[in-house]
Amino acid sequence: MSSGKLKLDRGHCMELLRSMLHIRRFEEACAELYTQEKIRGFLHLYVGEEAVAAGLMPALAPDDAVVSTYRDHGHALARGVPASAIMAEMFGKQQGCSGGRGGSMHIFDAARRFYGGNAIVGGGLPLAVGLALADRMQGRSAVTAAIFGEGAVAEGEFHESLNLAALWQLPVLFVCENNLYAMGTALALSESETDISRKAGCYRIPSVAVDGMNVVEVEVAARRAVAAIRAGGGPQFLECRTYRFRAHSMFDAQLYRDKAEVAAWMARDPIPRFRDWAVAAGELHAADVEAIEAAVAEDVAAAIAFAEAGTLEPVETLLRHVGAEARA
Amino acid sequence: MTMMSYREAMRAALRAALLADERVFLMGEDVGHYGGCYAVSKGLLAEFGPERIRDTPLSESAFTGAGIGAALGGMRPIVELMTCNFSLLALDQILNNAATLRHMSGGQFGVPLVIRMATGGGRQLAAQHSHSLEGWYAHIPGLRVLAPATVQDARAMLAPALADPDPVLIFEHIMLYNAVAEADETLALDIDHAAIRRAGTDISLITYGGSLAKVLAAAEQLAGEGISAEVLDLRVLRPLDEAAILATAAKTRRVLIVDEGWRSGSLAAEIMARIIEGCFWELDAPPARLCSAEVPVPYAAHLEAAALPGIEAIVAAARQALGR
Repeated sequence: MSSGKLKLDRGHCMELLRSMLHIRRFEEACAELYTQEKIRGFLHLYVGEEAVAAGLMPALAPDDAVVSTYRDHGHALARGVPASAIMAEMFGKQQGCSGGRGGSMHIFDAARRFYGGNAIVGGGLPLAVGLALADRMQGRSAVTAAIFGEGAVAEGEFHESLNLAALWQLPVLFVCENNLYAMGTALALSESETDISRKAGCYRIPSVAVDGMNVVEVEVAARRAVAAIRAGGGPQFLECRTYRFRAHSMFDAQLYRDKAEVAAWMARDPIPRFRDWAVAAGELHAADVEAIEAAVAEDVAAAIAFAEAGTLEPVETLLRHVGAEARA
Repeated sequence: MTMMSYREAMRAALRAALLADERVFLMGEDVGHYGGCYAVSKGLLAEFGPERIRDTPLSESAFTGAGIGAALGGMRPIVELMTCNFSLLALDQILNNAATLRHMSGGQFGVPLVIRMATGGGRQLAAQHSHSLEGWYAHIPGLRVLAPATVQDARAMLAPALADPDPVLIFEHIMLYNAVAEADETLALDIDHAAIRRAGTDISLITYGGSLAKVLAAAEQLAGEGISAEVLDLRVLRPLDEAAILATAAKTRRVLIVDEGWRSGSLAAEIMARIIEGCFWELDAPPARLCSAEVPVPYAAHLEAAALPGIEAIVAAARQALGR
């Protein structure tokens, strides 16, 4: 399924649940592997926000482009980047999707037009504008999805990029994952206007805010927005109101939010919410859920085994990839 | 050979690139309707249209980043950042994306992007429009940094820059735009090597960009005093043509580096370090350098002239390096 209307049949319900559970179990494994020191550096987990990636990616076609943030595992997995390649990347192995040069924050995959994993907040937005410009100048109908957090809204690059995309009517889908905290700074402490979807209006970009804990709502809105872009409607803006259940990174004591708030959001966990709805609606059966859980667990285990079996790049090739191997 | 100004040479190079490759387009502040801040792109909008000669808002970071994205997407963009002083607003994109994406992606994504910008002082434009920041950019792995100092190089360096699979920065000194000389429009030059602009035997004067003409004038003056100066034009500031630097240093055994950047942490310091590392025992005297005074470039003409390396100061520094 690439674009157009959402068909919520059994197969698609299976896929949405699989996608979210895949991310959840993968991230839980990452947390465990971090404590075992298999994964190092910064690790930002997507737990709680799965509905955004799982709802967004089915709305995109294979030749569309994705620009992501440092919290990129979920986006990459939902886009189809193999879990094994992502895990090997975090293990620093040369079989990783970025050859071990990027790590958790820099997942890249040319075959899936996945342009990273950008660890400068807002830094990917101009890239997305340029990718969309290139597609348009070369007569391609592709859409570029630019994913960013609400923290990026405070960056100049956010405003510059929205203006440029709107001015040139470029095929960019701006997707704001509003999880309420820029690291530890609450939205209300950093923005004079906390209704983010309204900011797009200043640039005459049609915008909509959706419940980012509801995968169906995200997908419906994403499909509408992508269809509007393909129909020549210029850039569109989608704010997904979501929440991360875990710490910002593995170094975060979470002093800035209280447990009751976290508990209230966890009660809206997008996975049981969708699963229970789909079962109640008769689209999924308990056996389906079990089968998905088993398949996901198997894939994550295989990814870990692949990463463990991976090899380290010889230090002799340290200076590779600074420039092209062969200059034109 | 055609007589042309540096500005016309740059324009001819842009025009040839736009004609040669549909993927090439120019984007930046005032490149279209205004004709370019330094009139380099004058007339190109009428010839190539607004899709390929693209006026941008004053959003250095966004349009530089968009150039990076467009390069990733298969285009061959030329981004014009009016002056290197404004390039600081796009520094995040240049360093964290253009120079880094190939590496972070394990070689999957190259950024074949050309960024042009004016540099240097001499027109009483004061501190926020007169600095020479190319030495900073020459610090960054993943970038190639060019400083065309002659009309011929202005004409010939853009094509290989566009053919390069990685980001290339071109620094055009503001005092050069009106310089007129003969240029061969068909000459193909590389963007790897430095060039000897004057052969000599007593001292090597190593320089680049806007200082080259001053250094050549100083060499002429020194010749009148019986001093034979060799002049090496770096042309490429990163990666440095170390072989050419060491060859001239070892040949004349005395070196003066002239660099319009500030002295501390300068390109001149790097060149000096390489000479000391590479041919210390072949020198007859400690290498010397002449850089800009460590002050934001002032407005008043006499103060600005005193802050930047001038012909008399170059001559004096060369004499001193020779112990005369």
